[in-house]
Amino acid sequence: MSDNRTVIPFGPQHPVLPEPIQLRLVVEDEKIIEVIPSIGYVHRGLEKLIEIKDFHQNIFVVERVCGICSFMHALTYCEAIESLMEVEVPIRAKYLRVIWAELHRIHSHLLWLGLIADSFGFESLFMQIWKIRETIMDLQEMTSGSRVIISTNVIGGVRRDIEKDMLVKITKSLDECQKSMNKVKKVFINDYTVKHRTVGKGVLSGEQAYEFGITGPTARASGINQDIRTTGYAAYGDLDFSSVVETQGDCYARMVVRLKEVFQSFDLIKQAIAKIPDGEISVPVKGNPEGEIVHRVEQPRGEVLYYIKANGTKHLERLRIRTPTFANIPLLLKAIPGSQLADVPVILLSIDPCISCTER
Amino acid sequence: MINNIVEVKKEYILAEVQKLKDNGYRFITSSCIDMGSEFMIYYHFDKNTEMKHLKIISSKEQEIVSISGIYLAGALAENEMKDLFGIKIKGLVLDYGGKFMITSDVGPAPFAKENES
Repeated sequence: MSDNRTVIPFGPQHPVLPEPIQLRLVVEDEKIIEVIPSIGYVHRGLEKLIEIKDFHQNIFVVERVCGICSFMHALTYCEAIESLMEVEVPIRAKYLRVIWAELHRIHSHLLWLGLIADSFGFESLFMQIWKIRETIMDLQEMTSGSRVIISTNVIGGVRRDIEKDMLVKITKSLDECQKSMNKVKKVFINDYTVKHRTVGKGVLSGEQAYEFGITGPTARASGINQDIRTTGYAAYGDLDFSSVVETQGDCYARMVVRLKEVFQSFDLIKQAIAKIPDGEISVPVKGNPEGEIVHRVEQPRGEVLYYIKANGTKHLERLRIRTPTFANIPLLLKAIPGSQLADVPVILLSIDPCISCTER
Repeated sequence: MINNIVEVKKEYILAEVQKLKDNGYRFITSSCIDMGSEFMIYYHFDKNTEMKHLKIISSKEQEIVSISGIYLAGALAENEMKDLFGIKIKGLVLDYGGKFMITSDVGPAPFAKENES
């Protein structure tokens, strides 16, 4: 290594990192030359644990892959098993799944918007966003009994219903959130300091994003029109929406995509509430799964893939989980070299890293 | 059930992967299943939300070739397979030497069937 180069360990503990990941930064003066990510700090071997539990119990395991994407993990797992066992989920359950999934997406994006504001020192913005997020957490608690890991998915449907008065309350609460978000949105979009820290930082072109297999809002910020919800799982096929896409491929674009998706989720929940039919919320499931299946869902951070191999017993032979952050880590190898040391926290956070998901 | 599976001999995997790349497919991930005396490995790809899967079977003693020279994203999934299952992989463009996901006190290939405690 030349005399001007130093290796700086960024992480695994760092003030902007919500979870441990290490980036070994090869730095020349203040400029990053190379970055080598290092993970494994929160690997729990959940894919092995799943082989020991029975396939109904596995819902509780996959929910705990990550606290923020918890509902989507359970949704992906349940839909995969339902597909394998040819279980017809009631329509009402599909709409309820959409409502909870979009509430999760809102709370995840608001959490991230707060963290990104915190990463460039805008503490008051961080607090305003997290205050709005509290309303969403309260809605999750009202409808499921829990703020974070809501445990409402079962194989065959959902375990709880959302009554009419709760649906009305959700709509009113989301209207209040939307008013508050409209004020905060102007700061994210127009504020000089926010733009100074995000515009032109961590740029990834559409071609590079596609080649690296980047997914979710990170990919859509580089112009890739890809959203797994458009495949129509749950009740998404009945709802009217399109992917939120920006083209600049920088941290600002990734922030704008997530901001717009919050408003999109408000609209999706209202559509689901307007269209949700009466009926059953689950069906009984008999027997054991057999065969192989691959299923995908759009988590807040992007596409999650579940591969399941079942052998007709109550224990699965294999469950493989590819989470969106695992796919987005290669972005760091491309987007960070060439940038300044002070921009590393913002670029890293811009992929919305969920290390629990990455390592399982 | 999974549609669009193409089973290939492991000697031809690079050629098949290159074809998919030339046809605009995005690499999603690879999945390893321990079948006892051999590994079954899936490579999952996507184009416009349509998936395609390449499948190879490799005995546990033999090496497989890394696809990371074609899809860089493959390096992370292959390092994970190497750590957790002990698969021998040659040609990794970014090789963590068995220390990507697990630490040295864990013991080799914790997900492999012969190492189940």
